[in-house]
Amino acid sequence: MRRWQIASFALFFGLWELTGRWPVSPAFPPFSNTFLALIEMIRDGTLGKAYLITAQPLALGIVLCAVAGIAFGIGMGLSRAIEWLSLPVFIILQAAPMAAIIPLLTYMYGIGLTSKVLAVIMLAAPVIVMNSYKGIRNTPPSLLQMCRSFQGTRVQEVVKIVLPHAAALIFTGLRLGLAMGFIGIVIAELLITPTGIGDLISYHSSTADYPKMFATIASIVAVAAVSLHLLQRVEFRLFPRD
Amino acid sequence: MTEAIVEVKGIGKTYDSGVEALRDVNLSFPKGQLSTLLGPSGCGKTTLLKIIAGLLPRNAGQVLVKGKPVDGPGPERAFVFQDFALLPWASVLRNVAFGLELRGEPKEKREEVARKYIAEVGLKGFEHRYPAQLSGGMRQRVGLARALTVDADIILMDEPFSSVDEQTRRKFQEDLLDLLRHHQKTVIFVTHSIEEAAYLSDQIALLSPRPGRVSKIVRPNVDHSRSPDEIRRDRGYLDTVDEIWGMLRQYV
Repeated sequence: MRRWQIASFALFFGLWELTGRWPVSPAFPPFSNTFLALIEMIRDGTLGKAYLITAQPLALGIVLCAVAGIAFGIGMGLSRAIEWLSLPVFIILQAAPMAAIIPLLTYMYGIGLTSKVLAVIMLAAPVIVMNSYKGIRNTPPSLLQMCRSFQGTRVQEVVKIVLPHAAALIFTGLRLGLAMGFIGIVIAELLITPTGIGDLISYHSSTADYPKMFATIASIVAVAAVSLHLLQRVEFRLFPRD
Repeated sequence: MTEAIVEVKGIGKTYDSGVEALRDVNLSFPKGQLSTLLGPSGCGKTTLLKIIAGLLPRNAGQVLVKGKPVDGPGPERAFVFQDFALLPWASVLRNVAFGLELRGEPKEKREEVARKYIAEVGLKGFEHRYPAQLSGGMRQRVGLARALTVDADIILMDEPFSSVDEQTRRKFQEDLLDLLRHHQKTVIFVTHSIEEAAYLSDQIALLSPRPGRVSKIVRPNVDHSRSPDEIRRDRGYLDTVDEIWGMLRQYV
């Protein structure tokens, strides 16, 4: 299994190297140049500084979503009135192309941190809210009947059955929300004002330093992939599948 | 005849979809005996059991438990579910003790009771396993143990063996008979298996489908003190199976 994964990476990077050396386009550097540029950017600290800046709105947005989004999703799952009022909004938000709304954020909240945090929230919140809501709503009816058959109260039903049952789906929602958050922050940093990673990408693109530009892009892909993978492992540890 | 511990009078049930599940069902369930609700699928037998349990509202009629009308679940009735209804995130011990946990019994006391019944249903040593690690038959033993811990006089069982394989089912039926006679429980049991009904029951109520009504009450002439193998070769048992099949075949 592990051997095949390594082979797959080797094949991918090998093809990258080949197509880079074959002059497809002057803007497509081979893997080796990109890798050297990456090492250089890690060494001189530019990459680290950029990630510190990018991480702020991302972390803020995800934490806000985690607290308010999960609470709201749980409320939607438990109360028909909240569900009736807000379910259509979240269904539309989930389907909407969010990149189109980002200029609107700039118009309303300027180009500062607020706009970027909001961009992360707009992308991450729907999936976090909807997963919490579905986790609550999908409680097996027989477990609820079981609770009632032993004269359990509504509070016991929620605390001992509905919430523990929803926990796994809520956590999955958080992981998917973080994935959306990565998309949100990169779009925001490219579209609103170039800061952090978005700044590195657009700066190196404008100075035609393509190895550095590719190295930045590759690094954010890697950071997102690795952090999501780690979260998934935590998830499988916490909530073993049948 | 022994006194009735549960009586249903004129029960009618129509679902919101307009399907009439039960019409004017009258039955009484003798104390300390095992009564079966038997019928083809769609005859409303599970609906009737859940109405007796107080888990489903009825449109007409009355449920009397120990002579008093009831409208919801009560401590004198415990339910065993077809799909087991175990908490997947809780150990066998916590699942079995869950009925007592809901009643607010302190942890030590409820686990002591739970351990006793886990041993009685033959799951000693599995206290700290999770439902996903158990076979279907073992999961239903957990469901049965949970129903026994709350010390209800009446155990309501909804097709408890339907997702258990045949060999396990036979063993489980024998254990069930032993356990229930030992604890002197009244059991109301839903099944679609004629053999299971004839083997287990003191009284069988045959339900006809759409809308469900009581078409006949059969009291199998089976001596339950004999060994399981003897019962399965017994004339009374075999006659009961034939008699019920003769009545049910018209609905199939």
